[in-house]
Amino acid sequence: MKPREITLSTTPTDADLAQLRLGDIVYLDGLMYTAREGVYMRALEDKANIPMELPAQSAANFHCSPAATIRPDGSFDMGAVTATASFRFAKWLPEWIAKTGAKLIVGKGGMSSKDYKEYFVPNGAIYLSTVGYGTGALLGRGVENVEAVHWNEELGLAQAMWVIRCKRMGPFIVASDLQGNCLFERENAKISERIAAVYEGTRPATLKRYGETDDRTDEVIG
Amino acid sequence: MIPIKTIEDTALRLMEKAAIEIPQDYLDGLRAAAKTEDGDLSSFVLQAMLDNYEAAKEDRRAMCGDTGVPRWFVKMGNDARIEGGMIALEAALRGATATATQSVPLRPNRVHPLWRTDHNNNVGIGAPEIEYGFEPEGDWVDLITVHKGGLFGTDYRMLFPSDGIEGIKRFYLDSLVAFGKRGLACQPAIIGIGLGGSKDTCMVLGKRASVLRTVGSRNSDPRIAALEDELKELGNSIGMGAMGFVGKNMVIDCNIEVGYCHTGGMQMSVHAFCLSSRRSVARLYPDGRVEYRTDPDWFTPYQRRDSVDWAPETEAAE
Repeated sequence: MKPREITLSTTPTDADLAQLRLGDIVYLDGLMYTAREGVYMRALEDKANIPMELPAQSAANFHCSPAATIRPDGSFDMGAVTATASFRFAKWLPEWIAKTGAKLIVGKGGMSSKDYKEYFVPNGAIYLSTVGYGTGALLGRGVENVEAVHWNEELGLAQAMWVIRCKRMGPFIVASDLQGNCLFERENAKISERIAAVYEGTRPATLKRYGETDDRTDEVIG
Repeated sequence: MIPIKTIEDTALRLMEKAAIEIPQDYLDGLRAAAKTEDGDLSSFVLQAMLDNYEAAKEDRRAMCGDTGVPRWFVKMGNDARIEGGMIALEAALRGATATATQSVPLRPNRVHPLWRTDHNNNVGIGAPEIEYGFEPEGDWVDLITVHKGGLFGTDYRMLFPSDGIEGIKRFYLDSLVAFGKRGLACQPAIIGIGLGGSKDTCMVLGKRASVLRTVGSRNSDPRIAALEDELKELGNSIGMGAMGFVGKNMVIDCNIEVGYCHTGGMQMSVHAFCLSSRRSVARLYPDGRVEYRTDPDWFTPYQRRDSVDWAPETEAAE
């Protein structure tokens, strides 16, 4: 069965989000901004004023550093666009979503269902995953215009806040819904059912690893 | 003498080709995988990737937004001479890396590990890495650039002879499953395995097995080649496909390289060269000729030699 395809605004209504099912393919229209650890630290820890009207202008936060450059005349050359792994930003996301009203967190690999239930669901937000990973050229084609680059001097090109006008940018996959269900955990569970059979005929390493639990009486042998 | 201008121009061209054009061997491997894939979501992902390679080539834009961490491998025939010497060569490779970061453009990924300062050109302390190899014959130089992703899919473990093949399989599966969930390894990938050496050389062997060998190549030792086949099949039997969705394609190919190690140990490293397996190669001759290809052809009999002297003609005469 082919997945369903849906076009979504980057300032979606609750009704728009309610119709989405895990595994749906989404294409985005409207303004999307990139924000990852650099932007989160500057906005949330250093309390710098966010240089956009959020969520009025955009409710879509892309975990992305584009392959892009600023030409000497100040114009932008944006080539490929792909996401970076989102789990590393769980530290800042609850405050960010609450503060900015983000409804779409767009990235790589999703978050845990615990994250979704704790701070996505109460804020009416969902997670969209990029596809591949690495459909950078396809997503690049969905960039109609680069509207601005904020905080480039402070954070550098990779961490700056890029504001992108999307025109049917995609594909993305719906990886969480308004109930906080997690696509990746659903797939993990299916795979785990039969993984024991694959491990037959293997043996655990003779030398263990120390420091991966908080039990300091652990030994690496035995 | 190989003109430095030829090196500069070729290096820039290689940077662009690596970022934009998926190598044919990987493309063929992924097309074959897409034909066998029956998971709904996994199939969708593989088709999207195949469309993406076309879009990249058509638009001349990088295939992935994360353009990896560019590095260089230089292979020289014993009679090769570079105008300006090796210092000029290294300057040319660093220059091409910086220029291409602006001109393609690439993502300026390289930052200081502590201060996070970014030169916006993928050049810095120890970046790009430049590694060397030599061949007994020839007056040419091979320039190879690889832009491998830098975060997930790689691991190292000290195993022992008592761990045996069963232990190798365990650590292999652990690595694939650990980084395959949610697709962190950006699979299906070319999995490179290093066995033996020391910790550092084991990592180098595994990395080179993933980035300097092609899909479909096999180790010259037939028993290692058989293990490559077995591990490829094992990885694809996990039931995990692209993005960690249910599927049957995790490993496009599995390449193993070995090095002699301490008698008590059996070091093992696992590396994943992702859906954007960016590599590009050119051979440069003193008369100015440049031949582009995508097979690094790194692991020659000379690179895998195991005796004190190198005397291939003796063997040929027997």
